[in-house]
Amino acid sequence: MTETTVAASAGEAAPPSCPVTGMLHSWDLSTGVDGPGTRFVAFLAGCPLRCLYCHNPDTWHLRDGRRATADDIVQEAAKYTAFIRASGGGATISGGEPLLQPNLTGELLHRFKHELGLHTALDTSGFLGSRATDALLADTDLVLLDIKSWDRALYRHLTGQRLAPTLDFARRLAGLGTEVWVRFVLVPGLTDLPENIEGVAAFAASLGNVARVDVLPFHRLGTAKWRALGLEFTLADTPTPTRDQEAAARAVFAAHGLHAV
Amino acid sequence: MTTQQHGTSAAWHGFQGDRWREAVDVRDFIQHNYTPYEGDGTFLAGPTGRTLAVWKQITDRFPEERAKGVYDVAHDVPAGITAHAPGYIDRERELIVGLQTDAPLKRAIMPYGGWRMVVGALKTYGYPVSPELEKVFTEYRKTHNDGVFDAYTPEILAARKAGVITGLPDAYGRGRIIGDYRRVPLYGVDRLIEVKRAEKAELDHLPHDPARLEETIREREELAEQIKALGELKQMAARYGHDVSGPAATAREAVQWLYFAYLAAVKEQNGAAMSLGRTSTFLDVYLQRDLEAGRLTEEQAQELIDDFVIKLRIVRFLRTPEYDELFSGDPTWVTESIGGIGEDGRPLVTRTSFRYLQTLYNLGPAPEPNLTVFWSPKLPAGFKEFCARVSIDTSSIQYESDELMRPRFGDDTAIACCVSAMPVGKQMQFFGARVNLAKTLLYAINGGRDEISGAQVGPATGALSGDVLDYEEVLAKLDQQLDWLAATYVHALDVIHYMHDKYAYERLEMALHDRDIRRTLACGIAGLAVAADSLSAIKHTTVHPVRDDTGLAVDYLVGGEYPAYGNNDDRADAIAVRLVEEFMEKVRKHPTYRGAEHTQSVLTITSNVVYGRMTGATPDGRRAGEPFSPGANPMNGRDRHGYVTAALSVAKLPYDQAEDGISLTNTVTPDALGRTADERIANLVGVLDGYTTCRGFHMNVNVLNRDTLLDAMEHPEKYPQLTIRVSGYAVNFVRLTRKQQLDVIGRTFHSAL
Repeated sequence: MTETTVAASAGEAAPPSCPVTGMLHSWDLSTGVDGPGTRFVAFLAGCPLRCLYCHNPDTWHLRDGRRATADDIVQEAAKYTAFIRASGGGATISGGEPLLQPNLTGELLHRFKHELGLHTALDTSGFLGSRATDALLADTDLVLLDIKSWDRALYRHLTGQRLAPTLDFARRLAGLGTEVWVRFVLVPGLTDLPENIEGVAAFAASLGNVARVDVLPFHRLGTAKWRALGLEFTLADTPTPTRDQEAAARAVFAAHGLHAV
Repeated sequence: MTTQQHGTSAAWHGFQGDRWREAVDVRDFIQHNYTPYEGDGTFLAGPTGRTLAVWKQITDRFPEERAKGVYDVAHDVPAGITAHAPGYIDRERELIVGLQTDAPLKRAIMPYGGWRMVVGALKTYGYPVSPELEKVFTEYRKTHNDGVFDAYTPEILAARKAGVITGLPDAYGRGRIIGDYRRVPLYGVDRLIEVKRAEKAELDHLPHDPARLEETIREREELAEQIKALGELKQMAARYGHDVSGPAATAREAVQWLYFAYLAAVKEQNGAAMSLGRTSTFLDVYLQRDLEAGRLTEEQAQELIDDFVIKLRIVRFLRTPEYDELFSGDPTWVTESIGGIGEDGRPLVTRTSFRYLQTLYNLGPAPEPNLTVFWSPKLPAGFKEFCARVSIDTSSIQYESDELMRPRFGDDTAIACCVSAMPVGKQMQFFGARVNLAKTLLYAINGGRDEISGAQVGPATGALSGDVLDYEEVLAKLDQQLDWLAATYVHALDVIHYMHDKYAYERLEMALHDRDIRRTLACGIAGLAVAADSLSAIKHTTVHPVRDDTGLAVDYLVGGEYPAYGNNDDRADAIAVRLVEEFMEKVRKHPTYRGAEHTQSVLTITSNVVYGRMTGATPDGRRAGEPFSPGANPMNGRDRHGYVTAALSVAKLPYDQAEDGISLTNTVTPDALGRTADERIANLVGVLDGYTTCRGFHMNVNVLNRDTLLDAMEHPEKYPQLTIRVSGYAVNFVRLTRKQQLDVIGRTFHSAL
């Protein structure tokens, strides 16, 4: 997929007076995974990246979702506000890549925050960060920013896209003072080179708004999904990282004064 | 001043309050004397060498017990409070003494519930049946079991055989009665006998009201039995070298007296559930007094609790394989209720609440005692976090909503068995097992014919004949079948409890109750999720019955997707709510033995596997013989939006229409709670706060890896203490049948992806 097709595929030409709709893959209540506490998570369909280790290849295309209005989604989330207020948590827009559908994402963040009074998080690769308006970011309490690699060539190899937009977005968030949790997927033999981790860590530390770094161990639980889609999962033989490898990666972030978990 | 009064004033030295001195009122004593603790668990002590040595003598016997099914049986002496000579684990080292028989893990025979069960069990485990006892219990002494079968109607027998009414306590002790065992240390047995004598004297008039005649005679006889049992309790304690006629003067005596009272109950009754009550904060008053006086260190305080808990862990009953199949893993439901908030707003959490939970570290995880935390968002943070940590580390705690129970039952309430709340010493229940709602739905479709045997069991309401099941038509027929089921079921329970009172009365447990108590008739339903999903499928998509050549619908083709219970979707959840409400309403129409108030539970324990096996294919797409989900859980794998969403479907079931409890079991992987240990603790606290706030009643929490369970199936020897929570109680995973192990593993494992 090229960047041009990405730009063309968003399909959000709805005039402002019409109800905001978009393609929703699914929703879920999760705890401790997609931001702090227990959260309502809306997974929007469609993603411009094709990460080799993706565990949700069934969310790559807009057509993988079903059309839903922001009203539908807010109504579903509203069933959980009492629970979330008591448990601590909030709402997260994830995907796919939520910024592929910035209108819907912005509308949801705004209503989650102002109508439901929930803490809001945006889970993104940052590749389409330029599509996030300042208003959208003002409604976002936390950005879960996936920086998959520091090495540009490796980033392209891993994702099929450029690294620069993600870094630009990260700097913009730093400028706005938006809280960021950096996510880094540790894939043995791919992302685990010390200089690669070091690069991400040094960059994250330079921003000043990174409250935490999640070092996520690569896993193969998505293999069946690749197979079901008739796609080859090229990392089928890649091992999951050992505890020592994870600890070593966290230590690199910690050495930069970052809170890595 | 008499000697006894003098002894009392010494034992009660430093205690405040008056009312509890005038009348038996343990709650009043607790309220005036307990010290709430709002700190964390850092004060706790680990196990001493003594504790570990005593516990090792027990754990060394577990492999043999697991291999043989029972360790040993006292096969020729009918159980009773004084039937067996004193027994010890390690007489030199034990701090708290007393065993059910003369040796640890040696089970007693309890023939008053039913001789057949005794014979069945003895034969299973290769013990001889004493000819003398055989003669006594078949020729001279009638049992509860005999009485019940004399009075059952043919309709009850048919419903029981078909498995539409199941698990009835008609062959063994009914259980689910909690004696207020705290009364023995607080008052001493002599005072309790005095009170019972006075209660009996009040009935010494000739009853003029014919309606009161039988009741008065029965109550007099029961009180006489209670007084005798209290006398036997004194004798039993005396054989262990303790005089329990007066109140306990020290913490060690308080623990010992309380345990003797409980021990007398489990020597006498093989109840389905023999719960302990709410004892930790009561005992804390004594421990705190000795700690403050410098008579005890924290290590010694913990030792007493550890030693007490060792005893509670080895309560055993002799049961048959049929029983074990229903309630697997040798459960005894020594349920202890911990925590909660008092009516005055002070937390009922004390250091001893922590000490009880600490036993799961000091002695390792275990299913018994069934530690039950009364949860409220208002509990102190330190206690909440400690509970969550223990849950994550041991999977051995269940949680019940203090916010739902306190307004209804007061703050001196305890859980009997799994989810049945009752104010201690003031309420008992007539345990009623449960009916199979999924099977009843099939009866509606098949006009009362059983889908497996083809026999006419329910009323002949006419089989549905169309090619597609019609929702309204199915509902109308279901209504008729449920009318019949409720009537048959309630009457079966009336018969059972009439006979249990007559032939296997709980003398000691009832001696530790007030004379005038509230009784409930605890009905129950199983297969709620299957029934709700089946109705949802019939309503929202097309379901074609597949009939055999006799016209019996034996399978169903489900035409498409339907909203399933467990997704917080009212289209399905409202059906489950309606089933609960309607069955309760129907049950309430029928008169009950001793005027008991009708209640019901949504609970299966492990019997969901057996009920499933006894039920044909259902319109939700479940195949014949497949297990039901446990308790009120959604069906395995149909909840698609995570465990919180599923839990909120369950929280919609109205507690007022299921006051005997609504059980939810959650099994999550550690990752599904968070990435760090602290985060997991905070998040589990949040989940429990959220569920309680949303009016959820009960939650079992298992934090486990699927791989651990698979490994434990293959290598049980590596996991002797692996504990998991199953619909209201905990079991040693390695003691489940393979089928049940597979059911547990197959059940939705909620994990983060």
